[in-house]
Amino acid sequence: MSAADTTTAKVPPTRQSPPPPPVVPRPRGRRSSGGAATPWLLLAPCLLVLALVMGYPLVRLVTLSFQKFGQSQLWGFQPAESVGFDNFTGVLGDGEFWQVVIRTIVFAAGCVIFTMVIGMLIALLLQRVSGWVKTLVNIALVAGWGMPVIVATTVFKWLFDADYGILNAVLSRLPGVELIGHNWFASGPQGLAVIMLLVVWGAVPFVVITLSAGLTQVPAELEEAARLDGAGAWGVFRYVTLPILKPIIVMLTTLSVIWDMGVFPQVFVMRNGHPEAEFQILTTYSYDRAFVVNDYGQGSAIALITVLLLLGVVAVYMRQMLKIGEVE
Amino acid sequence: MSAVASEASRAGSRSGRRRSKSGWNLLGLLVFAVAGFPVYWMLNTAFKPAKDAIDPDPSLLPTGITLDNFSRALHIADFWGPVGRSLLVSLAVVAIGVVVGMLAALAISRFAFRGRKIVIVGILAVQMVPLVAMIIPVFLLLNDLGQYDKLSGLILTYLTFILPFTVWTLRGFIVNIPKELEEAAMVDGCSRTGAFVRVVFPLLAPGMVATSVYGFIQAWNEYLYALMLLSQKNQTATVWLSNFSTKHGTEYAPMMAGATMMALPIVALFLLVQRKMAAGLTAGAVKG
Repeated sequence: MSAADTTTAKVPPTRQSPPPPPVVPRPRGRRSSGGAATPWLLLAPCLLVLALVMGYPLVRLVTLSFQKFGQSQLWGFQPAESVGFDNFTGVLGDGEFWQVVIRTIVFAAGCVIFTMVIGMLIALLLQRVSGWVKTLVNIALVAGWGMPVIVATTVFKWLFDADYGILNAVLSRLPGVELIGHNWFASGPQGLAVIMLLVVWGAVPFVVITLSAGLTQVPAELEEAARLDGAGAWGVFRYVTLPILKPIIVMLTTLSVIWDMGVFPQVFVMRNGHPEAEFQILTTYSYDRAFVVNDYGQGSAIALITVLLLLGVVAVYMRQMLKIGEVE
Repeated sequence: MSAVASEASRAGSRSGRRRSKSGWNLLGLLVFAVAGFPVYWMLNTAFKPAKDAIDPDPSLLPTGITLDNFSRALHIADFWGPVGRSLLVSLAVVAIGVVVGMLAALAISRFAFRGRKIVIVGILAVQMVPLVAMIIPVFLLLNDLGQYDKLSGLILTYLTFILPFTVWTLRGFIVNIPKELEEAAMVDGCSRTGAFVRVVFPLLAPGMVATSVYGFIQAWNEYLYALMLLSQKNQTATVWLSNFSTKHGTEYAPMMAGATMMALPIVALFLLVQRKMAAGLTAGAVKG
């Protein structure tokens, strides 16, 4: 990478597309085909930036996974040497790694399922409430959605604080419950459940608002017809609403899986930058391996395995998006 | 839940329907209370006198309003430096992202060319790579380029997650503008560029504003890259908040004041654009 590449990316290209030769408009074509070079000129800056800060690092991630790369390689004292599959065998042969994989999958699955189910229920509820209630719920949802993740994380830390957290105080007012001083983060499962709550709280609004937009597109006549044919509320939902919403649901679910497998700041900040072994998920595990143990090779191998785990989900998402992209 | 729902749907009589409506409203208010509570508690704590914040039996209602926590938050550590840096980075990312993204969005929505589909797949695929997985090579790349601990390096990396999203959303807005308008302008003697500048661009402006604001929010909220690619002395606002502690340990009242200062402008911006964004994102998503 030369310096020239970076300077072009840093300065916003103010280039206007060159004035194309005068074209005779052909209203019949689906898309006009200007000069063959024009679209590529328009795309060039975007593709350049993505190639530099995404494409190249992605390639580097793969090569790093097959190298021994530690402190001395970082400072350039020693060249990075290729070690074949050593990083992978090291990672895959580690019992702790498999615990982390399972923990991550369970955590992400929990987040996705709760997000989608709660989101769907709230979207359906919003169809049935009065206007003013709808407005109130929307305000609460958008406020939660717009909250920076770090802010939300610190707020949840405060809500669940062992000594002065409002949650322990309120729960302790219930007869027979004594939770003042209860540390929610003393055990991994309990702490991760709190973090799951935080992730779901932040993710539900987007799902609700997108599904609500989708629900307005479900023709009322269809639902009415189903009801006349004797379908109950569940039947109408199952056989009319759901099939129509399917593209949106597929899109939201795949996005949620990708986001929830990539959760990092929530765990990292909740545990003050040093997640304990019981809190490690793939992202924090890879980070620790690279930046705490300074084994960048193994850290990259773990990150690469994470990406590979997601490939199937990504394929589904892409198919859906391309279908949408074709509807033009 | 479904039992209630079916009962409500079968309730044919007017009074039954009204009763079920108020039942739904109650449920809606419950959702409002639960979803809004963390935000409320942040504000409540931020404006509380500090001694009330560490009451083991706190009152759920506001106890009194004071701005002490805010002044404490501003004085505990440099606040304006990180905020200024976050602002600079976010604005630069949006300025570059919208110009570059706009050109790319035009290319994929208004031109038929060989390789168009591959480009779309590529741009979408980039969005799918978890950013966390990329931090190691990105860190090494910036190290090699001499861009570690420089805001320009952070701006460059933020473009990776702003661009795909910007291109895709703007594409949604452009597709919604009828081609016939451009064609009519061209029949009237506009060049292709002229038709775009005079016809499409004005119609696109609201969408561009919404996309910019959303991109700004994304950049402002980012944590991991800001943490890893800048040193302590150049930290951004999110990192500032996550490091918030005093010599007495974590003081939650000023911390919530800091959180409020970071979140309020963002939530306000978000309220302005979210409706528009939802429209852009779902453009063409539902076609019966």
